[in-house]
Amino acid sequence: MIEITFVEASGKERTVTAPAAGDLMHAGRNADIVGMLGECGGTCGCGTCHVYIEQHWLDRLPPPADDEADMLSLSDNLLPESRLACQIVLRAELDGLRVQMPEVQG
Amino acid sequence: MENRLVIVGAGQSGFAVAAKLRAQGDTRPITIIGSESVPPYQRPPLSKKYLVGDVAFETLLFRHEDWFRDNHIDLCLGSSVEEIDRREKCIVLQNGSRIAYDSLVLTTGASPRSLPSAVGGDLQGVYLVRDKRDCDLLRAEMRPERSVLIIGGGYVGLEAAAVARSLGLRVILVELGTRILQRVAASDTSDIVRAAHVAKGVEFRENTGLVTLISDQGHVTGAELSDGSKISADFVIIGIGVVPNDQLARASGLSVGNGISVDEYGCTSDPSIYAAGDCTEFSYKGRSVRLESVQNAVDQAETVATSIMGGRVRYEPQPWFWSDQFDLKLQIAGYNVGYDRTLVRNGSRPGAKSVWYFQQGQFIAVDAINDPKAFVSGRRMLSLGINPPAAVLEDEGLDLVAYIRSITASAA
Repeated sequence: MIEITFVEASGKERTVTAPAAGDLMHAGRNADIVGMLGECGGTCGCGTCHVYIEQHWLDRLPPPADDEADMLSLSDNLLPESRLACQIVLRAELDGLRVQMPEVQG
Repeated sequence: MENRLVIVGAGQSGFAVAAKLRAQGDTRPITIIGSESVPPYQRPPLSKKYLVGDVAFETLLFRHEDWFRDNHIDLCLGSSVEEIDRREKCIVLQNGSRIAYDSLVLTTGASPRSLPSAVGGDLQGVYLVRDKRDCDLLRAEMRPERSVLIIGGGYVGLEAAAVARSLGLRVILVELGTRILQRVAASDTSDIVRAAHVAKGVEFRENTGLVTLISDQGHVTGAELSDGSKISADFVIIGIGVVPNDQLARASGLSVGNGISVDEYGCTSDPSIYAAGDCTEFSYKGRSVRLESVQNAVDQAETVATSIMGGRVRYEPQPWFWSDQFDLKLQIAGYNVGYDRTLVRNGSRPGAKSVWYFQQGQFIAVDAINDPKAFVSGRRMLSLGINPPAAVLEDEGLDLVAYIRSITASAA
């Protein structure tokens, strides 16, 4: 199991444990994180699991595939730290990951 | 009196009503009644990743059972509602027990249209695709070298075809109309989807009806088609559309047309009763429509939750939909009914294409095929009311994302 800290748009921090498997969207949704929608179920199809990942954590992740980058390209509040949580596969090395939720999804 | 909310139907929409209320801090008692024995889950992957065996069922659950307990939501599973007693404001379960409501929400969904038994609809080996149980049974049938006949070339039939073929089955798909996806997409999109299936070995019979299924000792063995041909099949999948589950509403005297009639606030003809999702019909763009999609299930449910809390926010649908078939990722934004012109655009990546729908010169919808940029661009244009000139769409070197950014930047 790994620990992930979600910072909701309100500023509320929630640290949850999740298996070092599966994806970040499901981990957030299971923990009822405000703003983690994932309406397409994790197929990179809807863009409603937009999150921000700090640069030093981003460096440990594979870069976004073209589909993910394209889905994000017109998101509200797009930042260099933007990712889609459904495309982030959880692994032991991500223990301690911090995830900032955006103001709005879509 | 207790202000209990009772939600009939534990699908995407029923879950979304309860989740929205709790997210807004509403603490009233909630009971969700579901006919299946499992907590609410996502249905779209059933005919895609789940059917192929790529994902475990647990990943489809919106929340685990303890979330409902923690949030004081009674999950009443494996139960069906027999009656709504509107005078007494309670529902009557099949086992005779009654649950009183202050507000009632009907999120009963839709059921696949079944094949009449006169043509073999009740034979063994004939499947519908709606719930976990259907798909668990189907998965057991999907073994390499077997053959499956699929009746109906809509999204469900095509997704099932893609799964079956990718698992090594022989797949024959019969479509009564002149082309697949006839009811929901332009021929440009049908052609692209068809070509992808043909390349993978799916066999199509368009313009062909089913005369009857053929059986041996109660199990389907094939079919006789309207062109006089007979084909053999180990099992059959029926994907000929769905009908709204509006029987309960109808029997209780609520206004029902092609689905439970609701206003822009999700309210039925009884001010204590709301409805959301696939089971509803409502007015949209001057038509009475029923939208079968996750978008509608969730957004209409959230409108209902707001109404229950005393808010007044109109439901203004921003339809979108998706389908995965083989390596095709189809994403649709908008509502194309009434289109009079289409424009096909090649995307910047190999195989990326989009079909843009217009009605009297106004852009109304886009089908993006392996082209997420076209999808997000079209979706954003619709939400911002941007009507892209043909010259923009025809200029395939132009980056639509950059185009939209330039418009929104100059408007800011």
